[in-house]
Amino acid sequence: MNNLPLITLLTLTPLVGALLLALTGDRGERPAKGVALGFGFLALLEALLLVTGFDGKSASLQFVERHAWIPSLGVEYFVAVDGLSILLVLLSALLVPFAVAVSGGVSDRPRTFYALMLLLQAGLFGAFTALNFFHWFIFWEISLVPAYFLIKLWGGPARRSAATQFFIYTFVGSVAMLLAMQAVFLATGTFDLPKLAELARSGELARGLETKLNWTGLSASALGTVLFVGVFLGFAVKVPLMPFHTWLPATYAEAPSSVTMLLTGAMSKMGVYGFLRILAPIFPGPLRDLLGPLMALAVLTIVASAFAAFAQKDLKRMLAYSSINHLGLCLLGLFAAMQPTANTATWQTEKVAALNGVLLQMFNHGLTAAALFGFVALLERRSGGLRGLDDFGGLRKVAPVFAGLMGISLFASLGLPGLNGFIGEFLIFKGAFPLAPFAAALSTLGLLLTAIFLLTLIQRVFAGPLNERWKNFPDLTRGELLVFAPAVALMFVLGVAPQLVVRLINPTVIEAVNRLGI
Amino acid sequence: MKGIVNQLWLIPALPLLAAGLIALMKRPQRKPAAALAIGSMALAFLVSCVAFVATLQPETGKGAVQLTHNFVWFDLGGSALRLGWLLDPLTAGMLVMVTFVGSLIFIFSTGYMADDENFTRFFGFLALFAAAMLGLLIANNLLFLFMCWELVGLASYLLIGFWFHKPSAAAAAKKAFITTRIGDLGFFLGIVWLYHETGTLLFYDNGAGCLEQGAIAKLVAQTTVGGMAVSTAISLLLFCGAVGKSGQVPLHVWLPDAMEGPTPVSALIHAATMVAAGVFLVARVFPLMGNLTADLGADTHAPHTMALTVVTWVGAITAVFAALIAVAQNDIKRILAYSTVSQLGYMMLGLGVGGPAVGMFHLLAHAFFKALLFLGAGSVIHGCHHEQDIRHMGGLRKLMPLTFATYAVGMMALAGFPLVFSGFWSKDEVLHAAMIWSPSKLPFLLALFGAVLTSFYMTRQMWYVFFAPRAEAEHAEPAAHHDDPHAQGHGHEPHESPRVMTMPLAILAVATVLLSLFATPVWPWFHAYLGGHLDHLHVGWSADSAALLTMLFSVVAVAVGVGVSWRLYSRSSTATDALGSRIPKLFMALEGRLHVDEFYAATVFRLNAAVATLSDWFDRFVWGSVVELTALIAKGLAFVSRSVDEQGINFGFDAGCQTTRGAGWLASKLQNGQTQCYLRILGTGVVVLIVALAWMGKN
Repeated sequence: MNNLPLITLLTLTPLVGALLLALTGDRGERPAKGVALGFGFLALLEALLLVTGFDGKSASLQFVERHAWIPSLGVEYFVAVDGLSILLVLLSALLVPFAVAVSGGVSDRPRTFYALMLLLQAGLFGAFTALNFFHWFIFWEISLVPAYFLIKLWGGPARRSAATQFFIYTFVGSVAMLLAMQAVFLATGTFDLPKLAELARSGELARGLETKLNWTGLSASALGTVLFVGVFLGFAVKVPLMPFHTWLPATYAEAPSSVTMLLTGAMSKMGVYGFLRILAPIFPGPLRDLLGPLMALAVLTIVASAFAAFAQKDLKRMLAYSSINHLGLCLLGLFAAMQPTANTATWQTEKVAALNGVLLQMFNHGLTAAALFGFVALLERRSGGLRGLDDFGGLRKVAPVFAGLMGISLFASLGLPGLNGFIGEFLIFKGAFPLAPFAAALSTLGLLLTAIFLLTLIQRVFAGPLNERWKNFPDLTRGELLVFAPAVALMFVLGVAPQLVVRLINPTVIEAVNRLGI
Repeated sequence: MKGIVNQLWLIPALPLLAAGLIALMKRPQRKPAAALAIGSMALAFLVSCVAFVATLQPETGKGAVQLTHNFVWFDLGGSALRLGWLLDPLTAGMLVMVTFVGSLIFIFSTGYMADDENFTRFFGFLALFAAAMLGLLIANNLLFLFMCWELVGLASYLLIGFWFHKPSAAAAAKKAFITTRIGDLGFFLGIVWLYHETGTLLFYDNGAGCLEQGAIAKLVAQTTVGGMAVSTAISLLLFCGAVGKSGQVPLHVWLPDAMEGPTPVSALIHAATMVAAGVFLVARVFPLMGNLTADLGADTHAPHTMALTVVTWVGAITAVFAALIAVAQNDIKRILAYSTVSQLGYMMLGLGVGGPAVGMFHLLAHAFFKALLFLGAGSVIHGCHHEQDIRHMGGLRKLMPLTFATYAVGMMALAGFPLVFSGFWSKDEVLHAAMIWSPSKLPFLLALFGAVLTSFYMTRQMWYVFFAPRAEAEHAEPAAHHDDPHAQGHGHEPHESPRVMTMPLAILAVATVLLSLFATPVWPWFHAYLGGHLDHLHVGWSADSAALLTMLFSVVAVAVGVGVSWRLYSRSSTATDALGSRIPKLFMALEGRLHVDEFYAATVFRLNAAVATLSDWFDRFVWGSVVELTALIAKGLAFVSRSVDEQGINFGFDAGCQTTRGAGWLASKLQNGQTQCYLRILGTGVVVLIVALAWMGKN
């Protein structure tokens, strides 16, 4: 069992599916969707195998596969999972079949559409399991390409500019990151991420920068900061952290809703993952030096995005800003955990709480936000593309099940206890408040505003007198119920039993805090 | 018997199970849904009674019974987050009250909601509410309490907005959720702070809990911003939550609007139980609020800490503020709503000056008589075919005799008629504790004035509804606040409500009177019960002169209020308000609810909208143009490089193309369609590959 290269198989599964779709003839949407769904479920099965085989008590890397690739460049095929990776692999494995199942009405080149969805999944799997920068970067970029085409070919009216903006923004970020990491390679001679983290801890990295890159004329700490900023840009755009976010509302709004499910559910997590896997371990020094401004940006992201969401009239834009707000909370927790403190058990506990919260929030936001965009997809399909805040009204009367399930998802999103969102937010604040009291206190404003705009959404769309135009608005069909009920059920399950997720991540988080602690 | 604490979870679990099952039912399954909800509540009442009995025998010398059952929820870091159940007199008393009143209101609802098409869902929501409320009561962990606290907020939201097709109901539901959430932000921060400082959120954990002496002593010793003790800062943050939930000024605005919900909901949630959760919270964390490092014992003086002083003042101000507004309202439910706000103020005041026993007894007494009043109002509204304006009622004394009789009991309890009504004794204790409160006498005077106002507005309401000459059946304008979407036409004579509605009224009326036996100076049982010294309880006169003086004040206040009101209203016509014609300006301001809502709309809402617009605008134009500019520069560079390409490099490229074409010719030669040729190439390829692999394998 352990000799099976499970991670490679997992990454290959959607690739094979995509290839199959590319090679077969065009037979309309249904078979293409079926194939994509089949491979999606296969990948989910493999991901579940991975989870069951995963030793939750250990913080070490598991299912390691390591082969030489381009030895002269320090490039290895090096994949493995720890608590963080496995969580996000599981999330991606859950979300892609979910998004595929929600997709529908793709009349234009359906095979390509579903093949690109699978390709995107392969990119996600690769990026969440690769531990060599070179190899990781390839997957990071691979996931960008299908996303770009999915937006550009199947998006809304302003899709061209949105796709271009998305691509350029994230690409510029990637280039900055690539350059910075090449400098790191020059200084250390390795692309191995765990090793780089170790070198950073031992001070080897700083020494390397000083000796190998002295031609730049910069001191090691200045150089460290420059490189940090380069890598930071790549991730800040992806998450996004304000003010690197302007691509997001347009992109989320223009992308087909099922693609937006993946963009917000899984791809935005790549940014936070990068912060956790690469930025914080390799550049802890510069990160700490800039912690004040970074914390301010996180608070700005949380509060300003919630305010902006409040001003939106387009449901997708509103939910897009809501996503920024939720991921801002992840960064708040992450930055708080980087706060230098005395190395006592009390502070360790707070940091562990904050990071556990961040990871939970990543998973839960992925689930909830994907479900919400999924519901918007159904709204759009029923209304012929309308999705304005004021386009509906009173829908709960004609579509009570729809209103109920979407309502539950909205309450999950605003952090109602008993549903999945709450515990993550609670743990983030539990850690962040003692570590950074003012930033955390200000950020609670974001929680309040989230409640305001999400309840406004319910009020305008589902309550009030029924808009006569929608008196034949169909409730969820049996098939749709089958797709959404598991997602909503999972919200309940994780709300009541967060242990299911925490048991996977807790040791990894403790280990991370021990390593980051000074 | 003591083992009941391990099974305490059954109490919220029963209604929760009912709620879950009802959620799966279809709309026409009305009877099973109602039966399930009522049955689960009745069972929860039985279990609560068992729990109550278990708290009746304190072990001598150990104070009140305090049973806990703690368990791990999930691992967190090296430790674990633990939750637990707690059974003490505070919990037990509340459990019995909530399940008892709840059962009656559930039964009443079967009559009141009989015509509603969403009857089934209504009972589902009610059961959900009951589950959350009961969970809140048995919590031995502040986090679990907060979770249930939010869930009762959800249930309240769903039930206020039960007639969601009415825009006013949908708006009121949202307002309630958001206003309480404002307070909850403070509550939330208080929780995480407390968690950080004490390392646990369990209230009681064999000496290691956050409300036990070790933790409190630690919190009192530390100071934070402005030299404030950490215990004070945390207490005040927690109190923010109580202010929101219990409708204290300045966050009281949601509660009167919450009357958009069906009347049984108003009775259960927005009068008897949920709104009292804030008071319960303060009573629960009283050791923290009062910096108590030792048991309060039989003392009826609360310690003078800063946190409790704030509680006192907020309570006193709320008590008078809301009572003033209630004087000038015309909607039967709205008067009761403001009255609830005012009475919640009394409870807070009682906690602040007298401690848990004083505040909690008023809470319990109020729960019975206010549920009675609201259900009575529901019966009136039902009987009057969904008329809610008291000016359009009148003369119902004869038409609805049973409702009248029970309503009168409730009214007298609320106004504080002496001796046989629980409201008299409970309010008297609050007044007494306020009178001997040393820092200031103003809260006492405010409370006394509030008592005058209370008897005034209740008399006014009684007169309009039951005594005034019967108003014309046809009104020029339909009532502004229909309680039900399918209000039948006006013009029918009002009628007495069915037995399923009047029986709960009668039971509650009896309970209101009986409860007065438990907190008299002759037999202060409730004090002894909460304080854990039932074994020292003796029957006998225990009031001192100050207590007698308070009673005198209290009786005079009631007499003045009732007397003035009755004189004023019974001698004037119903066309204009008697008070309104005398002090028109003040009355108008009070009728307009002192314009708090308008004030918030002009300040907070507007600011919120402005910042939202600004954020959006900033995104679209400022950050947006930075991006546009970058794109423009990139395009410029692209143009330059294209020119260079076309003029300079293309020349060289053309030459390159020639070579490629040559290579293409060679390739086309290979594609000659002869299988042998292909096989030859294939074979060569395989050999080369094997050699290459072997060579690589050696390295």
